[in-house]
Amino acid sequence: MGNQDFPQDIQEPGTGMQFITNLPLRHRIGKIWVLFFQLAMVIGIAALAALILNIVNDSTGYMAYTAKIDPLDLTGGRPLESLTSEELNQILVENTTINRYKTIFKEKPLEEWSQPELLEAVVRDVVKLTVLKTWSFTESLKGIARLRQELIELKPKEGPDASFLYKTWITSRFLSSPQNSDPLLAGLKTAILGSLWIIGITLLFAIPIGIGAAIYLEEFANQELWINKLIQTNINNLAAVPSIIYGMLGLTIFVRWLGPITSGSVFGVGDPNVVNGRTIFSGGLTLGLLVLPIVIINSQEAIRAVPSSLRQAGYGLGATKLQTIWAHVLPNAIPGILTGTILALSRAFGETAPLIVVGVSTFITVDPSNVFSQFTSLPAQIYQWTAKPQDVWRNLAAAAIIALMVLLLALNALAIFLRNKYSKEY
Amino acid sequence: MTHAPITTINDKQVGDGLYAVEARNLNIYYGNFLAVKNVSLPVVKKKISAIIGPSGCGKSTMLRAFNRMNDLVHTAHATGEVFFHGKNIYDRDVDPVEVRRHVGMVFQKPNPFPKSIFDNIVWGAKVNGFKGSKADFEQLVETSLRDAALWDEVKDKLHQSGLSLSGGQQQRLCIARTIAIRPDIILMDEPCSALDPIATLRIEELMRDLSENYTIIIVTHNMQQAARVSDFTAFFTMDEDRAGYLMEYGVTNQIFTNPREKTTEDYITGRFG
Repeated sequence: MGNQDFPQDIQEPGTGMQFITNLPLRHRIGKIWVLFFQLAMVIGIAALAALILNIVNDSTGYMAYTAKIDPLDLTGGRPLESLTSEELNQILVENTTINRYKTIFKEKPLEEWSQPELLEAVVRDVVKLTVLKTWSFTESLKGIARLRQELIELKPKEGPDASFLYKTWITSRFLSSPQNSDPLLAGLKTAILGSLWIIGITLLFAIPIGIGAAIYLEEFANQELWINKLIQTNINNLAAVPSIIYGMLGLTIFVRWLGPITSGSVFGVGDPNVVNGRTIFSGGLTLGLLVLPIVIINSQEAIRAVPSSLRQAGYGLGATKLQTIWAHVLPNAIPGILTGTILALSRAFGETAPLIVVGVSTFITVDPSNVFSQFTSLPAQIYQWTAKPQDVWRNLAAAAIIALMVLLLALNALAIFLRNKYSKEY
Repeated sequence: MTHAPITTINDKQVGDGLYAVEARNLNIYYGNFLAVKNVSLPVVKKKISAIIGPSGCGKSTMLRAFNRMNDLVHTAHATGEVFFHGKNIYDRDVDPVEVRRHVGMVFQKPNPFPKSIFDNIVWGAKVNGFKGSKADFEQLVETSLRDAALWDEVKDKLHQSGLSLSGGQQQRLCIARTIAIRPDIILMDEPCSALDPIATLRIEELMRDLSENYTIIIVTHNMQQAARVSDFTAFFTMDEDRAGYLMEYGVTNQIFTNPREKTTEDYITGRFG
């Protein structure tokens, strides 16, 4: 490309300096690095895809079961879950003895029963369904004949009579039912509500305190002073402390020391089933402590990014420090603060270990009704399901993970939407 | 060696003999570093005074002493006095916020708030407790913009962002914002250094107009600008410890044509700085 037009490398006499262009080698090195960057990106995407495919794969597939009465025979091929309360009641009337029917409705009359409760009764008393084995989506591709062979090898007695049903585990029934010891009836509602309550407490606690601390550290504290340097260093370190340690802290402070407050008993509204302060309140505050350093650091960065010329303009017009912060620093820092809060929120939402230490309930079927309720959370629920021996719970866990991810994406999308909305005003 | 400044201002040149603000034996420190050393500088009312000098000689620090903007730097502190309306603004009982309301400031880079032109102007008035009807605020915006020679250019887009204006317009908006709170003194810290020559000229014309009603102190690197626009010029330089001090202070014409000090002459003729 007309290289000869350029002056050739000339060595100035006496300088001892020599330039060697070596341009092809420099370009080659550049290409190798670009290749490495691309490879890194491909590996990242592959890992993400593997994660998602694995979860989706587990959340749908064949289920082999035995039942006293095949539910599909009962309903003429319709899924049991889609029946109305009246139809379910009809099944109970037709398929149970009079005495048994009376026992079922002894505690509360039929009118008070919800559809999921009736469904539970039908499965328990009529269908008497037992899940023998479940398969993932890819395993299900082998076809029922091969799967039945597998089942017979595994369970020679029940295998030959087992029925097969293709089941997608994440359904609206699954999302809206409370926890249950029967995998076919178990749902996520309790865990979802628990998670939302906890996140609500976490945000109410961490956002005002985090932003307040950030404003103080950035705008008021003398950052040259040793004590403020110490505080800053400690906040940075706290952001890296393992979450289980926050769980220990929460257990000591919120559950034990502040038990009367966090259980609500001093307000006279406590749930008598709650031991100490093992409530949503304690869980939310613990996660609040956990994300507080993250919120502070991110808010500080957002506040620091507001040009000092804006502050000077404010002071120059005879505004006080607070007026300037309120009118100019905070509005311009809000998009950054929101971004930081999104990160903190995501972290808190997925945390399991601290909640287990603080005392997440292993099995509750009652939805949380206030901050003093006992609780479970989505990740804790997933953890408990994966720890169970039967593989059907693994399918439920996969379905729950999908719900967790969708919920997280929805919350993040909301926060990003808010951030963009605020950003546009400037 | 002492640096007694040569001040060649006589009462006749001052006119009615009034000073808007007067620094006496002012020292400003950043931590242990002495940035401005023993400066006594009387600033004449309703005139333009320019502060010139080489980089790092404490010009901006000196300017910021007049409205206590240096207080915002944690390490900064001052000894000496700055008299404003017969009161030392560095006295314990003086609130710097009150000082800044009477001594406005225009900065090196145009820094309008990321709000509408209208809000840029009314904000200063609002934080200072200006109460009024919607019409009063509209009147305030119009007079301020007219005084800043910006009204004709922006009267149809008062609710657009201040950042949508050109650099020169933004700087005039900042001036309008400052005069909206009716200060006695306007401090200008190299107000034209980020502007092109035409915008610079407009600001200079504006300064001349404003000096009928306001005392203006301008820091500038541009000696032609100081010569063109100012009535009085203070030449700062620094000693071997990098402490800035006032070398010579007098009527601009005299400083530029017949400086008493050799250093002043060297700087003005471009031999250093």
